[in-house]
Amino acid sequence: MKRKRRPMSFSRRQKLAGFLFTVPFLLGFIFLFAVPFYQAVVISFSELVLTPQTFELQPKGWANYGYALQVHPEFSKTFTEVMVKLATELPMIIGFSFFAATILNSDFRGRSIVRTLFFLPVILGAGVVLKMEVNDYAQIMVTHLAEGAPFFGGAAVRGFFAAARFPAGMVDYVIDAIQALPTVIRPSGVQILIFLAGLQSISKEVYEAASVEGATGWERFWLITFPMMSPLILVNVIYTVIDSFTAMNNELVVLIRETMLRGAGYGVSMAMAMIYFVAIGLVLLAVFGLLSRRVFYHV
Amino acid sequence: MSLAAKEKWRKRIVAFLRTVLLIGIAYVILQPLFYRLSTALMSIEDLYDQSVRWIPRKPTLRNFRLMWEHMEYPIAFARSFFLAALTSVLQLFTCSMVGYGLARFKFPGSSIIFGLAIFTLMIPPQLIMTPSYLNFRFFDFFGLLRGKPLNLTGTYWPFILMSLTCTGFRCGLYIFIMRQFFRGMPKELEEAAYIDGAGPLTTFWRVMIPGAIPGLITTFLFSFVWQWNDYLYVTTFMAGRNCLPQALEGAASRVAKAIDEADALASTSGFLDDHFYSLINNAGMLMVIVPLLILYIFLQRYFVESVERTGIVG
Repeated sequence: MKRKRRPMSFSRRQKLAGFLFTVPFLLGFIFLFAVPFYQAVVISFSELVLTPQTFELQPKGWANYGYALQVHPEFSKTFTEVMVKLATELPMIIGFSFFAATILNSDFRGRSIVRTLFFLPVILGAGVVLKMEVNDYAQIMVTHLAEGAPFFGGAAVRGFFAAARFPAGMVDYVIDAIQALPTVIRPSGVQILIFLAGLQSISKEVYEAASVEGATGWERFWLITFPMMSPLILVNVIYTVIDSFTAMNNELVVLIRETMLRGAGYGVSMAMAMIYFVAIGLVLLAVFGLLSRRVFYHV
Repeated sequence: MSLAAKEKWRKRIVAFLRTVLLIGIAYVILQPLFYRLSTALMSIEDLYDQSVRWIPRKPTLRNFRLMWEHMEYPIAFARSFFLAALTSVLQLFTCSMVGYGLARFKFPGSSIIFGLAIFTLMIPPQLIMTPSYLNFRFFDFFGLLRGKPLNLTGTYWPFILMSLTCTGFRCGLYIFIMRQFFRGMPKELEEAAYIDGAGPLTTFWRVMIPGAIPGLITTFLFSFVWQWNDYLYVTTFMAGRNCLPQALEGAASRVAKAIDEADALASTSGFLDDHFYSLINNAGMLMVIVPLLILYIFLQRYFVESVERTGIVG
């Protein structure tokens, strides 16, 4: 006698449906992400030989890593440069995008036009154009001239602050920050969007209540806005790190690609990419550990 | 001065400072665009002339004409457009599905799957590019297909497969955006649909998708723009086929060669130097950017609104 199948309960059916919705991603993750990732690890420990029909892997142990770190003339240098650049730019990008979002959140005439403008770099500052820009001769000339201009970085300004007994390191950082404004503003589009969305989600009542209690604007910012935004600061820090690490004009990305196509070959290039990936992972972990304890989560 | 008058002045000063600041920032953002336009319109004499700054004295469309011809612009444009439209529509479809599954259904492992989606964002695509290339170059369905492996590079197939499985460029972000968007939608809509006897798929397709149009437009815009601008994936998987990025990269040297051949005896030395490359490259870059600008102008209203409303944060 055939057993009659009980119809699935609603909640079980929902669970199954939810799982089925995510199946495309799961398949992709396994076959087009996890498998290549594993292969990348394997290649980084071997020498890849391409033949017209197929490809072969000859195991080489840690040799590729050794080569990348000790023999390759540029890798270590570029690696350090990229890291230092990130460390200096990260606080600026976060600070600027927070600031810009605060301005865009306030009410003024022409706000929608300004917003459209601010997100323009998201559209323009990507991929191939970014890559071409690096090699654009006339642009290099222009930037070069601008850097030499006695506008703000001049010795007089430095001298003035030195005389006022500001620590030299701080003065240098501020001057560099001002000169780096274009490179800070242009990659901030998505971060501004994220902050802006967060600012809009804080309900007006909270501010009203604080005002009634007599809080000043300064206090409202530090006691309401800032804690409410802290999860997004974390999100934005992570986004910025990833974005700058994978950008087409990142020197290390360029180097890895060059090594693969014209340099020491696939194995070494993969070893470089692995070192780079581990470094990104460590940076993200450090950032996460440092910030997540200070983040305030609204319940 | 009365308190009201003081307040009024304070507001005026704030407004003034804000305007100055915004104009400054707008300049920084627009400067590359203006710079590119001005350079692209210059003739070579203008670039050498120190007194010419922003406005070319002898404006010319020659740079654009040269690039149009040597980028094979119409073909490259059509290819890029087809590729970007294809991937973004497919990604829109699959990523919104996955996002919906993660937003509204609790099942064992759902948070792990979400974590994996975010994880894919953290891996530099360069890392898995070589193995992915090899997999598509010698495609055998990961050992499932018998016989001679297929060569999928140079076709649209790698992009179709990656889009269908949400592993294309920044797909994790699209899953994230759509998940946040669906989470922000009222539950009552779905409950009503379920009571009326609709299954999850019907509910998704007939109830949720129409309500999520602003989120979909945001995702579409991101996806289209990033695919259009993408250099890495296109040059790796479409090697040999001329999409806009490759066309742009290779065109300058072709232009130089063509000029050299046509005019071997004339004083072409000046035409082959970095300045000239810069002129035509800027024209080419504009030709790549302008379609996106037009798209953005049409869609920006939805884009900004949706991101602000619930969009990325929810």
